[in-house]
Amino acid sequence: MEILAFYAFAAITVIASLLVVGQGNPMHSVMLLIVSFGALAGLYVLLDAPFTAVTQIIVYAGAIMVLFLFVVMLLNVPREEAVAPAISALLGPTGMRLGVVLSVLLAVEVVWALSRVGIGWFTQGTSAASVSSVALIGNSLFTRHAFAFEATSVLILVAMVGAVVLAGRERH
Amino acid sequence: MVPLNHYLVLSGVLFAIGTAGVFLRRNLITVLLSVEIMLNAVNLTFVAVGRYRGTVDGQIITFFVMTVAAAEAAVGLALVISLFRHRETLNPDAFTALKW
Repeated sequence: MEILAFYAFAAITVIASLLVVGQGNPMHSVMLLIVSFGALAGLYVLLDAPFTAVTQIIVYAGAIMVLFLFVVMLLNVPREEAVAPAISALLGPTGMRLGVVLSVLLAVEVVWALSRVGIGWFTQGTSAASVSSVALIGNSLFTRHAFAFEATSVLILVAMVGAVVLAGRERH
Repeated sequence: MVPLNHYLVLSGVLFAIGTAGVFLRRNLITVLLSVEIMLNAVNLTFVAVGRYRGTVDGQIITFFVMTVAAAEAAVGLALVISLFRHRETLNPDAFTALKW
């Protein structure tokens, strides 16, 4: 049952991601990426991480993708010039052909390396205790990782100021 | 329980799809979307390994990656808007002023 759910979510994620990369309309790409993130949230639930799943939906599918949608609508460029679909890209200019070869190489390399990782590499086996407790996450976040947490808030502030400076109209 | 390798291979495939998108697309917005796919592939690895080790550290680092991804998206999209104002295009090949 669990493995069926895994394969269903994995298939949705991979197909939606392939379509994000493979088709030309940025609007559809953003929508498909939301589908992909929803399926990833399902995988997080399978991994006993409901907090991460909810954060994925709220922050990624909710906030970040809305930001992307706003920019796609604001710039109003539904199609890229000289549309190069993924299939004909193999016959495209040298740079593109090289890109396809490099990504396939990377896929083979990463999958080969990762499929060799055994559970014996880690201290605990598959019977590791459930760690879904939000209280546990909060406790660790505000004690052991308190500095990183505060640094993140500074990062967000800097990013906000940077975005306003970059995208704001210059006044003369 | 689904073996750990399944999750790792899935995230490897997702990461490669994201890389292919960065290489192949000729649209800055789609390139940024591909970077988001790559970030999510890495998040999946963190959560899966954290789950199989029985610690919450994987979920905590995922939380930080999400925060950094939000900052990256905001700054990246601001750059895209300001580039579009200069050139009226989103093709990365159009921005070659620093290339010799």
